[in-house]
Amino acid sequence: MAEPRKGRASGIGGIVTARISGGPVRSLRARYPLLVLLGQRIALSAGLLLAVSLMIFLGVEALPGDFAQTYLGQSATPQAVANIRAELGLDQPAVSRYLDWLGGVLRGDFGQSWASRLSVSDQIAGRLGNTLFLAFCAAIVAVPLAVGLGMLSVLYRDRFADRFINVLSLGAISLPEFFVGYLLILVFGIQLGWVSFPSTVYAGMPFGARLQAVALPVATLVLVVLAHMMRMTRAAILNVMSQAYIETAELKGLSAMRIIAHHAAPNALAPIINVVALNLAYLVVGVVVVEVVFVYPGMGQYMVDAVSVRDMPVVQACGLIFASVYIVLNMVADILGILANPRLRHPR
Amino acid sequence: MTARGIPVGAWIGLAGVGLALVCAAFAPWLAPYGESEIVGDIWQPVGGDFVLGTDNIGRDLLSRMIYGARTTIFVAMAATLLSFSLGTLLSFTAAVLRGWPDQALSRLNDLMMSIPTLIFALVVLAVLPQEMWILILVMAVLDSTRVFRLGRAVAVDIAVMDFVEAARLRGEGTVWIIFREILPNALTPLLAEFGLRFAFSILFLSTLSFLGLGIQPPAADWGGMVRDNKDGIIFGIPAALIPGAAIAVLTVSINLVVDWLSNRTASLKGGRS
Repeated sequence: MAEPRKGRASGIGGIVTARISGGPVRSLRARYPLLVLLGQRIALSAGLLLAVSLMIFLGVEALPGDFAQTYLGQSATPQAVANIRAELGLDQPAVSRYLDWLGGVLRGDFGQSWASRLSVSDQIAGRLGNTLFLAFCAAIVAVPLAVGLGMLSVLYRDRFADRFINVLSLGAISLPEFFVGYLLILVFGIQLGWVSFPSTVYAGMPFGARLQAVALPVATLVLVVLAHMMRMTRAAILNVMSQAYIETAELKGLSAMRIIAHHAAPNALAPIINVVALNLAYLVVGVVVVEVVFVYPGMGQYMVDAVSVRDMPVVQACGLIFASVYIVLNMVADILGILANPRLRHPR
Repeated sequence: MTARGIPVGAWIGLAGVGLALVCAAFAPWLAPYGESEIVGDIWQPVGGDFVLGTDNIGRDLLSRMIYGARTTIFVAMAATLLSFSLGTLLSFTAAVLRGWPDQALSRLNDLMMSIPTLIFALVVLAVLPQEMWILILVMAVLDSTRVFRLGRAVAVDIAVMDFVEAARLRGEGTVWIIFREILPNALTPLLAEFGLRFAFSILFLSTLSFLGLGIQPPAADWGGMVRDNKDGIIFGIPAALIPGAAIAVLTVSINLVVDWLSNRTASLKGGRS
């Protein structure tokens, strides 16, 4: 039981000992196991991002459907269709358009919207900030609450508090975001009149007013993510609690709180961090529906509007950004998991 | 197994699922009015002439709810069945063949799972025409990635068992091994997953319809009905919440039934949960 805890305490110590004990001919992997592991994980994400960009651009290209025809309607003359194809650059081969697009994306230029002819990057800049602000506020509330409730649930396992939390969270998982959202609007926005609806935010809005505007969307997101995060936290801690060294601690007569705080929590850290990061990734997606419900000027709303008018540059840009955030958060989850778990630091 | 051995939660779940299925099956006989028949003023209150009131253009909300059950359940069920057929077939093939087909399928699956489902669906639906069978297909393909991951994990465990080895030695082909050796043994964990994926399909379809990208009007489906009636919320009219609540109740019911079934099968295996 001492082994994993000792490993945890020495953060970078693990690498140092590995370097001292290793002979001069040992490979890079043996000398810096952690760095190699992290490097591999980051390279994997970079590859994944490239593949996703390919899929979002070329995959969509391969699907049936002619944008120019849809754009002009069925009655368009072939000449008009050809003109619009030339204007949007659709007459170029797909691969060269992909390379142009990717080059633009790397410079922060997502091209021009087909519907409004405005620069997509300018439109996204402000909205991405709004979306991240919303997700950030929700995370600040949801993460401590979920981890706390999860620990409480383990402490009172199979007793009333645990069962109560369990039933509530099962219900909360099954609720669609839009139902929770409209319910909150009806109660707190219309009947009680505590907050304003729709949740409009604009540039230069005072911070207090901004916080008040996002109160309901944040509450909705928290409710949706909380249950999931809490159940996963509970499962992660319970998994650790069934280990032999916990039984030893129990048999030694340690108190329940001491066992959880000193023996279970350090080893449950990696899975919990994983749970949190996964749910943050989920949060970024949940934002789409919540933004539409609350008419909040963020990325999600922008993307849904673009999808309904088939404004592909906007759809691809938003899709790529959402997917990147998701991939990066997953990568952060894995990296933190590797850092927090001594057994992953020294692969046998 | 007697009726008294079933816990209360499971009874509630069974009742909820049963009610929804009856509505879906007998919609034209149960509904007091037609699916898109305009029968009264807009947003008439609950009670009175119309049990649940009327919607944003004066259609009977109860009738729309009953027809909506039919559309929602049919599309979600079709998508789940298709995703399971696709997911299990591909995952079992990968697990049995190993080598490069396994690598190719697994890496493709990882790639598809690295994009959030809703975002993926939005990108794809932006291009494809809005038809019901395309919607079912998109939902099924996206969902099959989750089935593939589970199915492969289960099948890899089974594929190394002695009876599979014996089947190989007596010269059975891949198809036999997949359908006669692996499928029967993988059925239990897959069935529990089926319930969960079905509940998820209902939520996902409702979300897409709510965003205006799922079932197209005038056909009724629960997510689309929330969208139709959402403007009433500002005037304090709760019509949008009724279909929303129906979605919630149905998914909770399915979860309750699945919970009970998986507990039961777990206890049959000596309490392994």
